[in-house]
Amino acid sequence: MTARLAPGALVRVRDDWPETRGKVHIRTPHYLRGRTGRVVRHLGDFPNPEDLAFARPARILPLYHVLFDQPPIWHEGSAGDEILVEIYEPWLSPA
Amino acid sequence: MAEPGLNLPSLPPERLLGALRALLAAKGLASPAEIAERIAATDAASPAQGARMVAKAWTDPDYRALMLADGTEAALSLGIPMRGAPPLGVLEDTPALHHLVCCTLCSCYPRAVLGYPPFWYKSAGYRARAVRDPRGLLAEWGTVLPPGTKIRVVDSTADYRWMVLPLRPAGTAELSEVALAALVRETDMIGVTLPM
Amino acid sequence: MDLETPRAHHDLGGAPKYFCQGIDKEAHALTDFDKEVDAIRQALGAKKIMTVDELRRGIESLPEADYHRLSYYQRWLCSIADNLLARGVITEAELAAALASEP
Repeated sequence: MTARLAPGALVRVRDDWPETRGKVHIRTPHYLRGRTGRVVRHLGDFPNPEDLAFARPARILPLYHVLFDQPPIWHEGSAGDEILVEIYEPWLSPA
Repeated sequence: MAEPGLNLPSLPPERLLGALRALLAAKGLASPAEIAERIAATDAASPAQGARMVAKAWTDPDYRALMLADGTEAALSLGIPMRGAPPLGVLEDTPALHHLVCCTLCSCYPRAVLGYPPFWYKSAGYRARAVRDPRGLLAEWGTVLPPGTKIRVVDSTADYRWMVLPLRPAGTAELSEVALAALVRETDMIGVTLPM
Repeated sequence: MDLETPRAHHDLGGAPKYFCQGIDKEAHALTDFDKEVDAIRQALGAKKIMTVDELRRGIESLPEADYHRLSYYQRWLCSIADNLLARGVITEAELAAALASEP
């Protein structure tokens, strides 16, 4: 299992909504879908919670810490403030 | 929830708990003794454990490095039982950077180290506001960050559980590690307050 | 941010309905009920009968009104029961009988 994204890489979170297609368990928060952030580091490899939640065999996936700027995600946020979120590799693509 | 005959959310919760308790005991899946033991073990975890880690990190650079590199190992080295708990991640505050921990999707919290999460941490209000207006949220606790300090909100969405390693307050150079630990509150290790 | 997205109801980051609420900072000590539910969850997890992921999924599947009406550990209990039924660890008949035996 090779983590494909390096620290510092600019990544975009898939603008996808599996919630609209049936029963799912998603750990990528809604407010990040379609947003661009920067990989801070590879946190390790873990089984896919989207499958574990349904007691299905789960692929091991790389997990990253990804940093986002507060605005433009939230206009109430202060410029310079950030949000740091754990995201699984399939949700990320190079931006 | 799709059980045809039983509408689980409408059942009186105490009755449902009693029924499950009896079934799990009868099936040998969770005896009353085991449940009592787990309650006692969970009660033993409290913010005081995290405070010990913070105080040691403030006084021992090698321990600080360990805590940041491997939080679980740092906890174990102080005799804190981690009992198959998820990996512990530690977020280092600096004068320019302050962390705030939340879990917008549920209530992920470093329970093995800090004990049960506070009621407010699990509330819809906290989960909604932490990522969107962290400075307004900190103001609910009277916390105002110095100018030039940015906030980094950490949304615990996956396998790690996060705690803050806050800045050591000014004027504490003479304090022992034990006295320092007494300064560190649960709210400091979540990030809604600063140690004083 | 325009929040007219199909977010799941538990996906609460920035949720308009809750974002402006004042925070109840009272300690609200855990009850015996709460602690027992938490302990049961741990026991089932340790025995690999139910993962944390299944617990979360069960909670998320609660209808939105129930999700907000039930207390935190009441939600856990419903999810635990739902998962035990789904996995066939207990049957609906067994649960119904056990409920009937409860005072």
